[in-house]
Amino acid sequence: MSDPLFSKKNLKLLSDPINGSNPITVQVLGICSALAVTAQLKPAIVMAISVMAVLALANVIVSLLRNTIPNRIRIIVQLVIIAALVILVDQVLKAFVYEISKQLSVFVGLIITNCILMGRLEAFALGNRPWPSFLDGIGNAAGYGVILIIVGFFRELLGSGSLLGFRIIPNSWYIAQGGFYSNNGMMILPPMALITIGIIIWVQRNRNKGLIEN
Amino acid sequence: MQFIKNFFEKTEPLVQKGAKYHWLHSTHEGFFTLFFVQKDTSKSGTHIHDFTDLKRTMGIVVLALVPAILFGMYNTGFQHFKAIGELTSTGFFEIFIYGLLKVIPIIAVSYIVGLGIEFVFAQKRGHGIHEGFLVSGILIPLVMPIETPLWMIAVATAFAVIIGKEVFGGTGMNIWNPALVARAFLFFAYPAQMSGESVWVALKDSDKLVDGFSGATPLAQAAAGHINFSIADAFFGFIPGSIGETSTLAILLGAVILIVTGIGSWKIMLSTVAGGLVMGIILNIFAVNPFMELPFWQHLFIGGFAFGAIFMATDPVSAAQTDKGKYIYGFLIGILAILIRVINPAYPEGMMMAILLMNTFAPLIDHYVVNGNIKKRLKRASVS
Repeated sequence: MSDPLFSKKNLKLLSDPINGSNPITVQVLGICSALAVTAQLKPAIVMAISVMAVLALANVIVSLLRNTIPNRIRIIVQLVIIAALVILVDQVLKAFVYEISKQLSVFVGLIITNCILMGRLEAFALGNRPWPSFLDGIGNAAGYGVILIIVGFFRELLGSGSLLGFRIIPNSWYIAQGGFYSNNGMMILPPMALITIGIIIWVQRNRNKGLIEN
Repeated sequence: MQFIKNFFEKTEPLVQKGAKYHWLHSTHEGFFTLFFVQKDTSKSGTHIHDFTDLKRTMGIVVLALVPAILFGMYNTGFQHFKAIGELTSTGFFEIFIYGLLKVIPIIAVSYIVGLGIEFVFAQKRGHGIHEGFLVSGILIPLVMPIETPLWMIAVATAFAVIIGKEVFGGTGMNIWNPALVARAFLFFAYPAQMSGESVWVALKDSDKLVDGFSGATPLAQAAAGHINFSIADAFFGFIPGSIGETSTLAILLGAVILIVTGIGSWKIMLSTVAGGLVMGIILNIFAVNPFMELPFWQHLFIGGFAFGAIFMATDPVSAAQTDKGKYIYGFLIGILAILIRVINPAYPEGMMMAILLMNTFAPLIDHYVVNGNIKKRLKRASVS
């Protein structure tokens, strides 16, 4: 406990996963949900917040229990903790943002199987104190969320011509209204989400040469 | 020619390393070798080269495409004047010039966008400009409907060059045929501009149409169950369709050039046609609707089947490389193209899907062909 709360080491836990060890673009985890919920920006943001809540709390709980969990059944214990938290988040979403909850549909439930969560619990929370675990959870979920939001931004802008439901591209531009523009239908389809993530990986590796494998 | 050579030789010192215009060096080299055969010799590795380097090869493919391009221009005008009922009162050259003016901007956009991106990548990666886009740049316009907005051509070309080719490492590394990537991109991104009845014939809003006009392609007609095109028109190409694909005759002329010069693989062309015929016969036998009853050989003349079989499937980069593999690859393209075309009305042009799908599997086919050969020879070797 000699470390101050926001020591350099702790802050690194927050900032590393956002760039250098990003769960999506570097570790390539959680791709499935990143493709599924990013057709529009709003669900992407809600998904990012949900994952952040679940991951941070699960990390803290597992970290608190880490000395009491028998090694042989640790996976099942972790799953129970994640599942309980996911159900809580799902209920909150249903209560307060029902429309988005319907859009996210099964993917909130599937947070349980998101590899990022399991990976962080196994790799970090089981061997660290609660506070660093909490920061690690926030950091990784932020890294996941940043990518989701970038992808969601481009997919909604180019695929629907709007952002967060507000029209960005003027109606008069569309071919149906006598203009020249047309939404890119492929942006709505999952393949284009994968390509968008691929482009993000490409750009990131060009800026950060250390990430390029030999 | 001499003054072009002088120009390139005079400007050469300016693009050397450290000189003022070094950032233009691959552009310089690209254009120099386009006009003149490379004068540099190899510094390492292979020292014996055929004179037909990539630029000459691509040149021959473009030459083989010329009949299809010219006919595509004529047919653009032909369909336009037919639709407004002025076909008989319009002269041959007027028809051709109309089509020419319609097609040239599309070709120009494709080349400017595609080559521009290629030059930027070549410059950044410090290698010479690969000439693969010389062919892709002309194939892209030829597989588009005439009424595709130019900015969509630009977006599709950029997508094809960047995502279809450069991310894999540039010319020679691509998994799929770039021109088909461009078309597939438009097909899924902007379906309204890539299918239907109003995109195949160049028309303005103010044009008065003749009674009973339909801009539907023979494929769309057949899918809808009312076939009223003559097979002779389909063979010579007087039907609505993508710019370069309508005339089977013009495409066959190109095929002769490709086969005689040995640039295009006749094995792939032959097996693709065979696959198409076999699937056509099977569908004829089990026919339950007018499209399935369409005589099997007529499938070769409508839609993009001929164009795909001759110019797309034979792309040496994305096709299978082994001899046996080429037969399998082509045959499956033919089968799948007709199957998709007839069975799935959502995808009227099965040829695009079939070739892209088989491009994906080409390395796998090659892998098994090569391994089979190794096994066969091992067996023979270990008899004693």
